[in-house]
Amino acid sequence: MDPFTDTLQRLREAFGSGRTQPAEFRAAQLEGLGRFLRENKQLLQEGLAQDLHKSAFEGDISEIIVCQNEVDLALKNLHAWMKDESVAKNLFTQLGSAFIRKEPFGLVLIVAPWNYPVNLTLAPLVGALAAGNCVVLKPSEISKGTEKVLAEVLPQYLDQSCFAVVLGGPEETGQLLKHKFDYILFTGSPRVGKIIMAAAAKHLTPVTLELGGKNPCYVDDDCDPQTVANRVVLFRYFNTGQTCVAPDYILCSPEMQARLLPALQSAITRFYGDDPQSSPDLGRIINHKHFQRLRGLLSCGRVAIGGQSDESERYIAPTVLVDVQETEPVMQEEIFGPILPIMNVRGLDEAIDFINRREKPLALYAFSNSNQVVNRMLDRTSSGSFGGNEGFIYMSLSSLPLGGVGNSGMGRYHGKFSFDTFSHHRACLLSYSGLEKLNAIRYPPYSEWKQQLISWALGKQSCTLL
Amino acid sequence: MAPKLRQRLRKVDPAGEAKRPIPRTEASFPPATLRTGVRERGLHVLLGAELHFLGTKSHPQSRRDTLAVILSQQSELNAYSQEVISVLGEIDLVLEKLPEWAAATPARKNLLTMLDEAYIQPEPLGVVLIIGAWNYPFILTIQPLIGAIAAGNAVIVKPSEISENTATTLAKLLPQYLDQDLYAVINGGVEETTELLKHRFDHILYTGNATVGKIVMEAAAKHLTPVTLELGGKSPCYVDRDCDLDVACRRIAWGKYMNCGQTCIAPDYVLCEPALQDQIVQKMKDAVKEFYGENIKESPDYERIINLRHFKRILSLLEGQKVAFGGETDEATRYIAPTILTDVDPGSKVMQEEIFGPVLPIVPVKSAEEAVRFINEREKPLALYIFSQNNKLTKWLIDHTSSGGVTGNDVIMHFMLSSLPFGGVGSSGMGAYHGKYSFDTFSHQRPCLLKSLKREGANKLRYPPNSPSKVDWAKFFLLRRFSRGKLGLLLLTLLGVVVAVLIKDYWRPHGLENALGDGS
Repeated sequence: MDPFTDTLQRLREAFGSGRTQPAEFRAAQLEGLGRFLRENKQLLQEGLAQDLHKSAFEGDISEIIVCQNEVDLALKNLHAWMKDESVAKNLFTQLGSAFIRKEPFGLVLIVAPWNYPVNLTLAPLVGALAAGNCVVLKPSEISKGTEKVLAEVLPQYLDQSCFAVVLGGPEETGQLLKHKFDYILFTGSPRVGKIIMAAAAKHLTPVTLELGGKNPCYVDDDCDPQTVANRVVLFRYFNTGQTCVAPDYILCSPEMQARLLPALQSAITRFYGDDPQSSPDLGRIINHKHFQRLRGLLSCGRVAIGGQSDESERYIAPTVLVDVQETEPVMQEEIFGPILPIMNVRGLDEAIDFINRREKPLALYAFSNSNQVVNRMLDRTSSGSFGGNEGFIYMSLSSLPLGGVGNSGMGRYHGKFSFDTFSHHRACLLSYSGLEKLNAIRYPPYSEWKQQLISWALGKQSCTLL
Repeated sequence: MAPKLRQRLRKVDPAGEAKRPIPRTEASFPPATLRTGVRERGLHVLLGAELHFLGTKSHPQSRRDTLAVILSQQSELNAYSQEVISVLGEIDLVLEKLPEWAAATPARKNLLTMLDEAYIQPEPLGVVLIIGAWNYPFILTIQPLIGAIAAGNAVIVKPSEISENTATTLAKLLPQYLDQDLYAVINGGVEETTELLKHRFDHILYTGNATVGKIVMEAAAKHLTPVTLELGGKSPCYVDRDCDLDVACRRIAWGKYMNCGQTCIAPDYVLCEPALQDQIVQKMKDAVKEFYGENIKESPDYERIINLRHFKRILSLLEGQKVAFGGETDEATRYIAPTILTDVDPGSKVMQEEIFGPVLPIVPVKSAEEAVRFINEREKPLALYIFSQNNKLTKWLIDHTSSGGVTGNDVIMHFMLSSLPFGGVGSSGMGAYHGKYSFDTFSHQRPCLLKSLKREGANKLRYPPNSPSKVDWAKFFLLRRFSRGKLGLLLLTLLGVVVAVLIKDYWRPHGLENALGDGS
């Protein structure tokens, strides 16, 4: 018995009726979403605290405010985004209009993760709604506190004929994926990303996959260790390291490492106090399984800072590991926790080789006073995104898309990129019946002179062409 | 990865080409591909290859001979105009625009990142696989190749084995003109393509049918390889009673019977009021006579069906149908006359699959509404054609349907405009290319934010420990809306920002040259 068939059927029919097409409808949905965020802020913060021990501050700036911004941006720009986009015409199409029509795909599925359960569920939702789709939301079953709010409260703010929240674990998601969707956005691990894409292939469903990887953080000798340490610590231990774009490991010379370690310790102490476990600004690991996994990683290399853990709270101290081998588990999988290994390299070129031997990461960071170093790192590597002398603050910019490349994902969203991702860009050329004589040269029979004329008309002499 | 890929390619490489040095197509970043100079050189030689290929400097007859060899089932002149000229034009466009397309695009910043550099930098993906089709074997292989080269990738081209001559010629000629370390042609059938798909690529562009499209995407999923699938479907052609029927029928005949109907965006079938059928048949008959003469078989401009399998397939679609015009066939030459069927039953075989042949069914419908319902009950097509003088109706039809692309009052033409993306939706495909869209398809658009290590003092606000006042500051910087009560805070902050900027006046906060400069 498939629990999803009826829901999906209902949404498909609603889409087919054209209900989601008008701008007014879409704006109403977005306004509803905005009200949901404003009226249930406390509920959401409680859910986040329950799931990840997330402080109200972190919940605000990295989840709720981000979503509010997306809603506001979409509302402000909806009409502009929906407009047909005129394009340049060529010699043959001067009389008429050529434009790109943005259309909804139809039924969109958003499968969200547990680490930013509000942000990574609702930010894509904004784009899908703005683009006029009907949406099925599958929040993560692992972040139960937030899942409950999304499942029980959110639908009340949206038109339920065009929107549904479905719940379940891997088995239910597998069942869900057997159905046909017109677009799927998935945020999660590369392993599951492959499963999603394979399922999508059966229906020729386009996908955006926001995956992950090990995000390298290169620290050049030419920099101020304390400044670097401040920034690295902030972005590494934010959300207890459970961030897809967090710096995963450091690459630096042994000399730099010696200067960096005390700076890292200083930053950690300043941010989280002498007893980080009692800091309200440090979160907890999402569940027991991940806690065990991370605790296992603590035995890699040597603990230089931190290393404490408390199973009863799923607490792991902000930790820095040194003397780590490339083959150890901490360098084989995305850490997704408050552990920062330092790998030694002798200079930029070795760091670049190290990075290029591995999968393309979702984010790449390089710290140096020298623009040349930063640019060389940029030129010689690839990654979803890049931060020079900075962590993932670029996430606050809706003018920069979030997306991976290679193993870290495909496609992108945020701001207008969300709207474009969830829209089919339909090429439209409206010609006129008149002046048919001008078309004479394209019809057979093709004599020698006609062919020469075609060559001329379509060739280099023409102003714009194919 | 690169040496292993080379070895595996050696195994995949079918007989005959093993003697050629296998290209060192590197998956990681050879600096050569990044620099636009190399790409331009690649495109220039491709252009040169085209010109030599066609022997434009030589006698027109030898040019025709070359084409005749390559595209034996196609009329030479059609081939030249339809395929090669388009490609030449595309190369010109790309050469002109490449510096602009390859440059970084600055991104709008917020208060928090005011003094940083934020931009999006296009980058190559790595090794791209292009699988061509047999119906337009040249353009459907080379046009994607142009985009892939322009975007800075290494490329493997797998032409369709069904259009044998083109495949062989491409394999022979391209390596003579392009850098063999970066660009390779691999030929083979289903078995070799399956082997090829087991390898990891950084993007795959496939042109063909939905069945194989699914196989390609499934194979790509194993490596998380993004795909562009240019598939097909039944492209409907709605003919309104309020239209210039002469012009409409001529254009439909042109688009339908070119390449003997073997065009992915050919008008597949016509929807019109029953009363129009006879007129349409008559006018199309006239157009066909105009194009191909009394004895169509003798016309040098009328092509043939690619192979016996397709010939028989199309023939079977005619069973039980009312042939209003045409219907003659000749198996020996794989000739099928331009054919029109009337009063076609939507449930019949000819309406179940993409025809891909010179057979045009007319399905009578009572109204535009019925036409829309008919279209929407089916898979989203690659193209939709609407013939009507009534602009409102045309817009209404576009509003209530979906398709890869649309041409109004003509057919095929949206393909010809490089400022329009060419691609499908639903089962007609995903992704798009042509012109800049090719470049974008084969690029990774990498967002970059570059900050300075200076002015760390200004950052203190964002570090823990956090406090209620910090929340207010954070909201101020991040939240798009301000509440009016915070106006005082706003003014204070602006003052603070101005002071900070004034103090640090040795940092010039504009222009990418700071981020990208320093003599590198």
